[in-house]
Amino acid sequence: MKDPKGMATRRDVSIVLCGQAGQGVQTVETLLTRILKTAGYHVFATKEYMSRVRGGANSTTIRVSGKRVSALVDRMDVLVPLNAGAVAHVAERLSPQTVVVGEREVVADEAIESNRTLAVPFTEIATEIGGKIYSNVVAVGAVAGLLGLDLDAVATYVQRFFAKKSSEIVANNVKAVQGGFDAIGKLDVPNEIRLTFKPSAKVNDELLLSGAEAVGLGAIAGGCNFVSSYPMSPSTGVLTFLAQHGLEQGVLAEQAEDEIAAINMAIGASYAGARAMVTTSGGGFALMTEGVSLAGMLECPVVIHLAQRPGPATGLPTRTEQADLELALYAGHGEFPRILFAPGTLEQAFYLTQKAFNLADKYQVPAFILTDQHLMDSYYNLKAFDPARTKVEKHIVKTTKDYRRYELTRNGISPRGIPGYGSGLVAVDSDEHDEEGHITEDLDVRVAMVDKRLAKGEALRKDIVRPELVGPKDYKRLVICWGSTYHVVKEALGEMGRTDTAMLHYSQVYPLHPSTADLIGKARKTVAVEGNATGQFRKLIRLHAGVDVDEGLVKYDGLGFTVEDVVEGLTEIINHQ
Amino acid sequence: MATDVFEMGDIDIAWCPGCGNFPILKTLKETLTELAIDPKQLVMVSGIGQAAKIPHYLKCHFFNGLHGRALPPATAIKAVNPKLTVIAESGDGDMYGEGGNHFIHCIRRNPDITNIVHDNMVYGLTKGQASPTSRRGFKTPVQVAGVILEPFNPLAVAIALDASFVARASSGDREQTKEILKRAIRHKGYALVDIFQPCVTFNKLNTYQWFKDHVYYLDDSHDPSDRTAAFARATETDRLPLGVFYVHPKDSFEENTQMYREDKRPLCERDVDVGRLAALIDTFKMAG
Ligand SMILES: Cc1ncc(C[n+]2csc(CCOP(=O)(O)OP(=O)(O)O)c2C)c(N)n1
Ligand code: SF4
Repeated sequence: MKDPKGMATRRDVSIVLCGQAGQGVQTVETLLTRILKTAGYHVFATKEYMSRVRGGANSTTIRVSGKRVSALVDRMDVLVPLNAGAVAHVAERLSPQTVVVGEREVVADEAIESNRTLAVPFTEIATEIGGKIYSNVVAVGAVAGLLGLDLDAVATYVQRFFAKKSSEIVANNVKAVQGGFDAIGKLDVPNEIRLTFKPSAKVNDELLLSGAEAVGLGAIAGGCNFVSSYPMSPSTGVLTFLAQHGLEQGVLAEQAEDEIAAINMAIGASYAGARAMVTTSGGGFALMTEGVSLAGMLECPVVIHLAQRPGPATGLPTRTEQADLELALYAGHGEFPRILFAPGTLEQAFYLTQKAFNLADKYQVPAFILTDQHLMDSYYNLKAFDPARTKVEKHIVKTTKDYRRYELTRNGISPRGIPGYGSGLVAVDSDEHDEEGHITEDLDVRVAMVDKRLAKGEALRKDIVRPELVGPKDYKRLVICWGSTYHVVKEALGEMGRTDTAMLHYSQVYPLHPSTADLIGKARKTVAVEGNATGQFRKLIRLHAGVDVDEGLVKYDGLGFTVEDVVEGLTEIINHQ
Repeated sequence: MATDVFEMGDIDIAWCPGCGNFPILKTLKETLTELAIDPKQLVMVSGIGQAAKIPHYLKCHFFNGLHGRALPPATAIKAVNPKLTVIAESGDGDMYGEGGNHFIHCIRRNPDITNIVHDNMVYGLTKGQASPTSRRGFKTPVQVAGVILEPFNPLAVAIALDASFVARASSGDREQTKEILKRAIRHKGYALVDIFQPCVTFNKLNTYQWFKDHVYYLDDSHDPSDRTAAFARATETDRLPLGVFYVHPKDSFEENTQMYREDKRPLCERDVDVGRLAALIDTFKMAG
């Protein structure tokens, strides 16, 4: 990645904006990513933020490239600190190559090694226009100037972005972006920061969205028409998305009084024939576990989106972690089957969420989508989702007079009726029940019902999503990962350029695909990369595939892996082997 | 309608002989029959406990869920298919103890469901511990020196929350209970009917006789639209009034969600509108 010649071989520019909560870092991220995408560049952005509404230090990393970019890097080619504390917040990521743009007092920080600082009086420019509030848009203009974007196009975009506001606000924002742009024009800008890679009109036709939006769209595509949840970061984005589009898309979105109510509502909705989901995070999910067990017993399909954040307990509310795998795997008392997806890309977030509804319905089990803050808050451009590629598979039957909800069948799947559709009665019970759904303490019936429920777990094995192998098929080393680490591991391996190493990414972590033992067994050395301290997926593989993964590369400081983290970590492990 | 449509035939009922649950079951069957409710359009939802077993003793659809959790699924069932008649029925421990939070918020949400609570002032199924409505001084194996907590007052709480329909009945009086239940089930919006029910096995304090001695009926002088008066009646402790305390007609949860404003089809009958979804996906192309 070190590149003394600069732009000639540079594939992307990484821009970091940092400021306190309330300073509009989010707006800058939104504006810049959209401006860049509109200009035909590939973009990626992700943020890290503190659990507060004002103050603190929040940052967003935006990568812009001529090729697809979807992973977080440590490297900062450009840093825009928006306040005095910002430089200290990202000091570890500063390098002599970093170009720092900001207020004179802020860029005069001793942590900045390079002399490549550009002083732009954001506040002064903003105040002249109409108030300090425009500072962040001045910063957007400065970055646009730095990258060598076309001012007219940027101004047009800004105008459109603020179009719903008053004409004065629109005009001021346009002036602000121009002010930043012009200020940069007067300075001696390091040439290699200018974007030289070719924009492409194709990018313009792609989507730019976040993980939360991808899950939300996937839910709608899955036929979701009922969501009940209780707000908890980082899962709330999905509830918000579904609530905002609920009326037009036919989804009833209800904020429940707590997570217990949320999941019990979802199960009730499902019993009545809805395609129901909940979205939550570890602490909320802990409360839902009795409901997970209920869904298992009633054999009610339900989709559970669990966006992970660090625990235990309230942990680090706005940070990321992959440490609720075991919780999701074991949540709920008693024994019953379940499905666990862990999308690694936004495409997977969309298509697997969609699929979760079909599979939950088909097997009448809880289906999980395990994401995390990193995936929820990451944006990048990608090919448009194709709703025609998805199909809502319904498995509800019209009941007859002699209908029995829990009819014993060979594969354990009893035809699922709903009240009011057909002439039969639909009875479900959390107690052990007979085929008609009535309480029983007949212990032979108990055994038959346990067998029936577990048989569904066997049946659903034929629908397991295959893990994705990236890299040489005749690998000697295998790097295993799951969930949101997909892009970062892929890019890191590309960076390392080893022809003997491949990546195996699991977007379904339970049940494990039957190829697991072979794929892992074939490698001479294996490493599992995961965002938790105890190697939960490694343990799962050992338990469920019966193979050992040699090493683990873990991260649990609350931040997502960066490409550098993975390169460094894997290099060290390989050198030690 | 035949009077036996809700009859289960010869089944094993797990209640003690003489239990106040029996008259409630009988009254409910009569009420449903007289209201000509189609069992195929009726969903009984309950939690866990002795009272919560009631759906098993009626011929209808039912959802016998978790302890304290009858109201959230009942709310959702009605929201997904408003054509159904939904009754959430369980014990006082279930509805007011474990389910206390849901009770409060269900009233606020106001789904068009009927909430019947068998109020025996004790936990029956777990063998006689205090319930939220147990009277002070009531001795149990756990509350060995007698209950020291103030009893929960469901009616006063419901009226304080401006519930849509609030009533109390007594299992001993089937005729009046039936009339109250009829009004509750016909009422649009959340309707609470708290029914006194003697537990002959574990509550030797609040017996059939005790209930007889401690209740009286609200008469015509009580105006159920008068919330202040209703609240005053609900807080009486000397003798406990029975009847319809409070009625406040208002839009139900389902109506307020707007899901049925234009499209009257139940949610369970609707499909994804692929065109609308595609249009929504498209908005992410145009970074607007
Ligand atoms: C989560 C949970 N906690 C505790 C229990 C045990 N439990 C079963 S019924 C019950 C109390 C029921 O009391 P009430 O609702 O008054 O009904 P009754 O049996 O008196 O009719 C309890 C505590 C349970 N089933 N689930
Ligand atoms: S324990 Fe009490 S409430 Fe339960 S059945 Fe017996 S008498 Fe009725």
